[in-house]
Amino acid sequence: MPEKKNTTKKVFNLESVLKSKGFSAFMAALFAIFLGLIFGFIVMTVASPANSLPGFRTVLLGGFRRLGDVFYFATPILMTGLSVGFAFKMGLFNIGASGQYTMGMFFALYVGFMLKPADGIHWLICVLAGFLGGLLWGLIPGVFKALLNVNEVITSIMTNYIGMYLVDMLIQSNGAMYVPSKTRTAYLPQSAQLPPLGVDNSSVNISIFIAIFIAVILYIILNKTVFGYELKATGYNRFASQYAGMSGKRNIIITMAVAGALSGLGGAFAILAPSTIPGSSMTYEPINIIAANGFNGIAVALLGNSSPIGIIFSALFISHIQRGGTLASLFGYKPEIIDIVISVIIYFSAFSMLMKSILDRIVKKRREMRTKDHAETGGKDDPDADNPARALDNDKKGVN
Amino acid sequence: MKKPVFPVHDIGMAVAMEDYIIEMLNITKEFPGVVANDNITLRLKRGEIHALLGENGAGKSTLMSILFGLYQADKGEIRKNGEVVRINNPNDANNLGIGMVHQHFKLVEIFTVLENIILGVEPAKAGFLQKSKARERVLKLSEQYGLKVDPDAVIEKISVGMQQRVEILKMLYRDNEILIFDEPTAVLTPQEIDELMEIMRGFKREGKSILFITHKLNEIMAVADRCTVLRKGKCVGTVDIDKTSKEELSRMMVGRAVSFRVEKKEAEPGDVVLSVRNVTVLSKTHKKYAVKDVSFDVRAGEIVCIAGIDGNGQTEFISALTGLEKISSGKITLCGVDISKASIRKRSKAGMSHIPEDRQKYGLVLDYTLEENLVLQRYWQLEFQKNGFIKSNAVRSYAGKLIKQYDVRSGQGPITVVRSMSGGNQQKAIVAREMDKKHELLVAVQPTRGLDVGAIEYIHKQLVAGRDAQKAVLLVSFELDEVMDLSDRILVMYEGEIVGELDPKTTTVQELGLYMSGAKRSTVKEF
Repeated sequence: MPEKKNTTKKVFNLESVLKSKGFSAFMAALFAIFLGLIFGFIVMTVASPANSLPGFRTVLLGGFRRLGDVFYFATPILMTGLSVGFAFKMGLFNIGASGQYTMGMFFALYVGFMLKPADGIHWLICVLAGFLGGLLWGLIPGVFKALLNVNEVITSIMTNYIGMYLVDMLIQSNGAMYVPSKTRTAYLPQSAQLPPLGVDNSSVNISIFIAIFIAVILYIILNKTVFGYELKATGYNRFASQYAGMSGKRNIIITMAVAGALSGLGGAFAILAPSTIPGSSMTYEPINIIAANGFNGIAVALLGNSSPIGIIFSALFISHIQRGGTLASLFGYKPEIIDIVISVIIYFSAFSMLMKSILDRIVKKRREMRTKDHAETGGKDDPDADNPARALDNDKKGVN
Repeated sequence: MKKPVFPVHDIGMAVAMEDYIIEMLNITKEFPGVVANDNITLRLKRGEIHALLGENGAGKSTLMSILFGLYQADKGEIRKNGEVVRINNPNDANNLGIGMVHQHFKLVEIFTVLENIILGVEPAKAGFLQKSKARERVLKLSEQYGLKVDPDAVIEKISVGMQQRVEILKMLYRDNEILIFDEPTAVLTPQEIDELMEIMRGFKREGKSILFITHKLNEIMAVADRCTVLRKGKCVGTVDIDKTSKEELSRMMVGRAVSFRVEKKEAEPGDVVLSVRNVTVLSKTHKKYAVKDVSFDVRAGEIVCIAGIDGNGQTEFISALTGLEKISSGKITLCGVDISKASIRKRSKAGMSHIPEDRQKYGLVLDYTLEENLVLQRYWQLEFQKNGFIKSNAVRSYAGKLIKQYDVRSGQGPITVVRSMSGGNQQKAIVAREMDKKHELLVAVQPTRGLDVGAIEYIHKQLVAGRDAQKAVLLVSFELDEVMDLSDRILVMYEGEIVGELDPKTTTVQELGLYMSGAKRSTVKEF
């Protein structure tokens, strides 16, 4: 719609495209990635100048040789990304994705080992158990925040540790699940594993489709429903949402529960993935480490601008770079280098506003050139619109 | 009064003829997408009081920010005493003797008056403060200009009027000779306004030059020598005050004739809609009561105004009335329903509409579009949702209807992000939403704050229209003119209590001022 109103005939109107919110967020993300890659290249050059070119090429393109793995590794961080992004939309910082992820994984494992339902639905029940585990673990910070006004960041950091130690303890004390000699869980029965997609040498499975489907559902919830309307309103301005009579407490609890459930699904998807070696499965090592995929979810959500659709792409991108990075070890690069590159990308994505203002300046220059060339034609926009000076003026008056 | 009133600003004419202390010549300042100042020329004579008049968004603040070094002009130059100067930051401005009293004071609340005045230019010896010297100087200045202050009082403990004097003393302490006042009277009582006017005249006698930003025409007529009017970023003209009238000035500012009187017929009060009994609200900041034992009724078809100086419990009372905060005792009944403890949504359903004091904090979700904001109180109704899904078509057409009916202007209609709209149109959107919602009581808190004359006129008309449609209207306002013109009954609030009930037809502004400052109180009808 905005395009229609602002377009002056013939000339390609960069301005109107740039005005659309989604586009500028997308461009900002691209710029962030671009700058991050440049910096990453510099890091690689410093680490090993001779190998930097082929190494960097592998980082960039290597993922295409392992597309199956790109999708496979994208699935859990897509889920945790959705989890963090969904909570972000309400103005909540769900740093507890790791704990919820671990909880979801444990619930899925437990059902996988301890229950023996019919073959066709075993994995489905495991997935649902993961959903439930994450939901419960997300509910805790939600309830604390809503009823006792305890900051969700603090609670969810604590639930990360509690979840991790609890799960490690429960697994180690369970003979059916744990193989002490190998310090890992036993192999899951085939029936509990997710149906693979049949890509050679890859664990990619049906869950990537489930994850993308969930992202689309979330997009619809956020943009088309009353709940989404309330959730975003609260995220943008909790005072206004209170004024409008929205039930902030209920919405906080629901949001955190949903966010937890999404992370929990991520954990379930990761542990239930089919193994490429017949007769084995994914395993969990209870060695007191907080799940990294939870924190990667924060990065994914940031890069995807908290939009469910954006998060699909950012999860795929980060997974792609990670695969490429793994392959870059062929040139002697350590995986830590790749972690640095990814960190840099995330760091730059925080500058997305700056990127946008740079773009705006370019647009303004273009416009000036145009008005110099041609005499002014066509109607002007309403002077009230997009008037930062006015907004500023009002801001000043709005305070106090 | 038949003199020409739109003199073209005279660039290129002999400049040196007059004694100008500051000249801002052909100033242009552009922000992305808008020209905030378009070739504006403003000349300040030595020793004059020069008013700068304009609607919101006309570019007054931008122009003054350029003079004070907060922004740099894209084009044009600033001269002091005929010499071109560059002002890159407020320190440069200070060095040139330019001082500014901001609309919202820049004071350290927990410091004393003296500490605030010397802040940034502390007299020190070997790193130790030399307060006694500073104190002498402050006392001398305060005597010289009649600015009574207690140098050892802590800022948060003194009145707003007193705080303003501290701001003024700050400028004087720095030997500023050009004083900018940004809407200085917005927070003052009538008595304090008179005092400020006297102080400004005193400055003029001492040869200081004053730039006075305001949109209150009475004050301009009372104190200013000349007035420059801005409209939509352009300079409309500069006029001598003794050769112009309020009507001319407002026509220059708005571009059309504006009526100052609120046209309204006699009120015909009907049944009691809102009844408040012995309501007490605890203060959040201190242990005392913010609202103490307040009782009154509002009937259908009348506008009742709660008058008072800001900070006397009005905000807390309205929060309690609308459900944003809890009451600690008392009873509130709306249309026969006890809503003392009801949720905000329940109050809304019972027939309460609320135009909040802080429109950007409470009234709007600034990052939502106009249409989303227009249904903020109603999105959950069956008209706009089905099975939890928003009916976007219904929202769109409803928004279109309101936008048309209430003349809400924006760049892209229903899908404009509200943040990009002007303050007046943001307020219109809230008014549209709250008036169109089914209601019996309209609570309007400072509905015209920060708006220009045109928008004020509009909002007043809407409030009167609501009254005439037999709605009860409860107005909270700090603007005396608004209180006097609009209301059918006035309740004065002082330190959390209703200290008087006045009839605007028989009372005077002076008397109202006495009630507001606590100097006078009368027995209020017992319930």
